[in-house]
Amino acid sequence: MLLIPCPWCGACNENEFICGGESDRKRPTDPAAVDDKTWTDYLYNSTNHKGMTGEWWWHVHGCGKWFTIRRDTVTHCIESAPGDQT
Amino acid sequence: MRRLASGGDIDRNRPLTFRFDGRRYQGYAGDTLASALLAAGVDVIGRSFKYHRPRGILSAGVEETNAIVQVTAPFEEPNVRATMLPLVDGLDARSVNCWPGRRFDVGALNGLLAPLIPAGFYYKTFLWRRWDFYARYIRRMAGLGKTPAVAEPGRYERVHHHVDVLIIGAGAAGLAAALAAARSGARTMLLDDGVAPGGQLLSGGAQIDGAGAANWIGAVTAELDGLDNATRLARTVATGVYDHNLVIAVEEAPEQSWVRERLWHIRAARVVLASGAVERPLVFPDNDRPGVMLAGAATAYVKRFAVAPGWRAVYFTNNASAYAGAAALHDAGIEVAAVIDSRADPGAEIELACSRGIEVRTAHAVVGVDGRSRVRRAMVAPLRGGRPAPVDADLLGVSGGFNPLVHLYSHTGARPVYDDRLAAFVPGDMPPTLDVAGAARGIFDTAGVIKDGFRAGADAVHSLGLERPEIDAPPVDDGPSFAIEPLWTVKGGRGKAFVDYQNDVTLDDIALAHRENFRSIEHIKRYTTAGMATDQGKTGNPNVIGAVAELAGATAGETGTTTFRPPYRPVSFGVIGGMERGQLIIPARTTPITAWNKAHGAAMNEAGANFRRPFYYPRPGESMADAVRREALAVRNGVGIYDGTPLGKFELHGRDVPVLLELVYTNRWHDLAVGRGRYGLMLREDGRLLDDGVTFRLDDDRYLMSCGTGAAFTVLTHLERALQTEWRHLKVFVINVSAQWANLCVCGPRAREVLAAVGTDIDLSPTFRFMDFRRGRVAGVEARVARVSYTGELSFEVNVRRRHAREVWEALMAAGAAWDITPIGSETSGVLRIEKGFVAPGIEGDNITNADDAGMSWIVDMSKKDFIGRRSLERDRKLGGERQHVVGLLPDDPAFVVAEGSALLQSGDHADTPNFQGHVTASCFSPTLDRPIALALLKNGHHRHGERVVVSGLQRTVGAEVTRPVFYDPTGARMRA
Ligand SMILES: [Zn+2]
Repeated sequence: MLLIPCPWCGACNENEFICGGESDRKRPTDPAAVDDKTWTDYLYNSTNHKGMTGEWWWHVHGCGKWFTIRRDTVTHCIESAPGDQT
Repeated sequence: MRRLASGGDIDRNRPLTFRFDGRRYQGYAGDTLASALLAAGVDVIGRSFKYHRPRGILSAGVEETNAIVQVTAPFEEPNVRATMLPLVDGLDARSVNCWPGRRFDVGALNGLLAPLIPAGFYYKTFLWRRWDFYARYIRRMAGLGKTPAVAEPGRYERVHHHVDVLIIGAGAAGLAAALAAARSGARTMLLDDGVAPGGQLLSGGAQIDGAGAANWIGAVTAELDGLDNATRLARTVATGVYDHNLVIAVEEAPEQSWVRERLWHIRAARVVLASGAVERPLVFPDNDRPGVMLAGAATAYVKRFAVAPGWRAVYFTNNASAYAGAAALHDAGIEVAAVIDSRADPGAEIELACSRGIEVRTAHAVVGVDGRSRVRRAMVAPLRGGRPAPVDADLLGVSGGFNPLVHLYSHTGARPVYDDRLAAFVPGDMPPTLDVAGAARGIFDTAGVIKDGFRAGADAVHSLGLERPEIDAPPVDDGPSFAIEPLWTVKGGRGKAFVDYQNDVTLDDIALAHRENFRSIEHIKRYTTAGMATDQGKTGNPNVIGAVAELAGATAGETGTTTFRPPYRPVSFGVIGGMERGQLIIPARTTPITAWNKAHGAAMNEAGANFRRPFYYPRPGESMADAVRREALAVRNGVGIYDGTPLGKFELHGRDVPVLLELVYTNRWHDLAVGRGRYGLMLREDGRLLDDGVTFRLDDDRYLMSCGTGAAFTVLTHLERALQTEWRHLKVFVINVSAQWANLCVCGPRAREVLAAVGTDIDLSPTFRFMDFRRGRVAGVEARVARVSYTGELSFEVNVRRRHAREVWEALMAAGAAWDITPIGSETSGVLRIEKGFVAPGIEGDNITNADDAGMSWIVDMSKKDFIGRRSLERDRKLGGERQHVVGLLPDDPAFVVAEGSALLQSGDHADTPNFQGHVTASCFSPTLDRPIALALLKNGHHRHGERVVVSGLQRTVGAEVTRPVFYDPTGARMRA
């Protein structure tokens, strides 16, 4: 079980959180203006990058905040991503 | 009797009585079941898994593969290793895999059929018919113990713990590491699976600081026990190391506690693995006969338990360690007939034998064993060939080298590497926060082990920013140093040579796998099942690897090792479940009306989100169908009431709520007036149904959203995610008020009269329109009343604070008595929904259904620039194709309700023709229409109204007509009344 560093609560067990997937993919600002491939890439195609990956996490059983971290998908080394939070 | 006259760590003043296979025996406090059975002269402890061969005791510790028993008292427990079970008075245990008995067993005939049960036997033999045909016969013959038939009476608990340094194993290395860590002030925890700390020191001959090892163990534990920052647990096994150093450990029978086992979740900044090493046997014909025992185990039984595991021993070894064992047994008065050493030139250790007059035969091997249920003779031959000569013996001590217990190291994903010098797999690269010390790291001399323990403890605290403690390693006087020349297999002889005792895997099986071209050690493991038993190959794995390497002409290092995965040893379901049993598995959520419902005979049913709701309210003598019919007709013709409290309810505050609603709903929201509500449909970003519900505008900046019970959490996630990730500039707070407000829904043509009768200052005249929201008092209590309808009838939803709900409910029941107000359950509301054809996203939505498929295009405003799901819906429309649409069905048989989930087939097809057209999503008998009706997802259904389909269920196959998905009041005039 990972220890997820919530910027508000500190490191907590992974089962207090819900993972929201990769944070580096952004929703197109005008979905109507992008072609189908761009849209389906955004919707379905995770990069599944091996190494440091940005991720959304929701501290649902804690402070209720969404935030991003950077996690090495091989070693599970986690870096907070300061500046990404509101 | 094999109990020695003196010695051992047992308490001879505390005799204990126990039973094995129904017979009474006696042991002493300090015994394990294994040592007590050995002392009582019980040779055969059980039968093996596949061939039902008699098996004895192989080891004295965690690695035991043979002496697996079923304990029946004081607790029923299968799969217990006799070597790890402390003897208690009244203990009752039974052998496993024996039928009818341990001494004569029918399954042993499998031994004669052995040529027919090779590796891959299951895969090859049982393919031509169904597996379940064979399973019941095979399961009777196989397995290690029985699942207890009665509910587990023992109690279990779970604790969470946080430490700086966790040391696993309290042998020489672990004690030293714990001392170093604890002296630095770090929060330190030391786990050990044994009753007493010390590990191999307990049976070894090392002198520490000029005295027996017991003195040093005592001094270290006394110091640890005196430190506030150190915790020590006995009989506690770390079963797995997980991400970020979460270690799961099981503490058995904790002292001063009513729990049977305790599950520890230990989060450790640093882990020091000091799990030691276990001896492995040698692979030679009939190496599984009772009386064949690991050399070190024989010493342990003599020294720790004062038991002679035999009276005339022969040792068979490929390394230096067995000589100390031979000497120890000799010194305890046990005759040692010979040491058979496969090496041509043993080192200084040979003096231990020669000085005691013990014969040593170098470059020899044991090539066979005489005796079925106990070793009688070892057959000894020169390694380079020659006639075997018998040596009389009732104990054959074997040592094939030592396996560092790297299991928990491997759990981190790290790979052990082969060490030629030790003929063993040792840790390779160290993970950043886990270290391995002592024998587990491949250090086998006591002085080196203690030094390495101090190093690992000091390294751990240093990496945490603490001062390295000053510790001088004590002087150690140990035996001869370790040396080994691997001997993986002994060829020749007729008997089976086992590489995995517990799964009955032999050299022949490995050879067969090789002949069938299996090459990867991971494939061979799975094909032969070697290393896959409950002991996880602790003793046998290197022998499997060695045997494979010999066949492939490779080295053991090139062959590589398999992957160790948690758990390190079997874990009981009881301790995994902990307190979460029975009603505590999922704590049930209740509403203020739950108690009233139960008191009024409601049949309760699961209702999502851990709620149980009334299913229907049967009156005496009524069937479910009767009750549902009565309740449904009451709503259609008179008045009903239901407890809608489980619905999800969210208050949305902030100036940007309309912007949020425009995003999450498919229709327009900017123009919603205060005091008005609107029905909305939520889509996922992929255009598929998420949920629906009604949202009211309470004030300028304040809205109340409701959603389905089961979908409440999904909707909350959806809203919070939108607000906190993509649309962070929106000023909206979402407040979950689901538990704060109770929701009592009065529905039916007489609803207005009931509300008036209960007393309210709210104007109920038709100026209170459908989808209006008003505040006021109902039955003397502050209330929010809304006109929404999930039944298709005139309805008033009375929302009151939770604490008032019961009194208002009872007031409504009393006031409604004049109109025979009828409480209705979830089955009835389901029937009313189907009659109205209200699509339920959680039922008609199957994660593919989009707004159009659901027939809800009317509520999708594509002129909006953006909303969640819009882009994907646009794409669905462009792609077109044959999609499944929601339709109604009128089954032909007026008395048969088609089963939900039934397949829809094209009319004229037979039920077994694979021409799947869709399925029934909801089905019921409609009391209003007096006939069965159903909703379904049907290919291209919007364009097939009036066509016929076949409804194929498990029970029956009937014809049906496809209709619009609305059976009652299609214009909605009644709910707007
Ligand atoms: Zn938090």
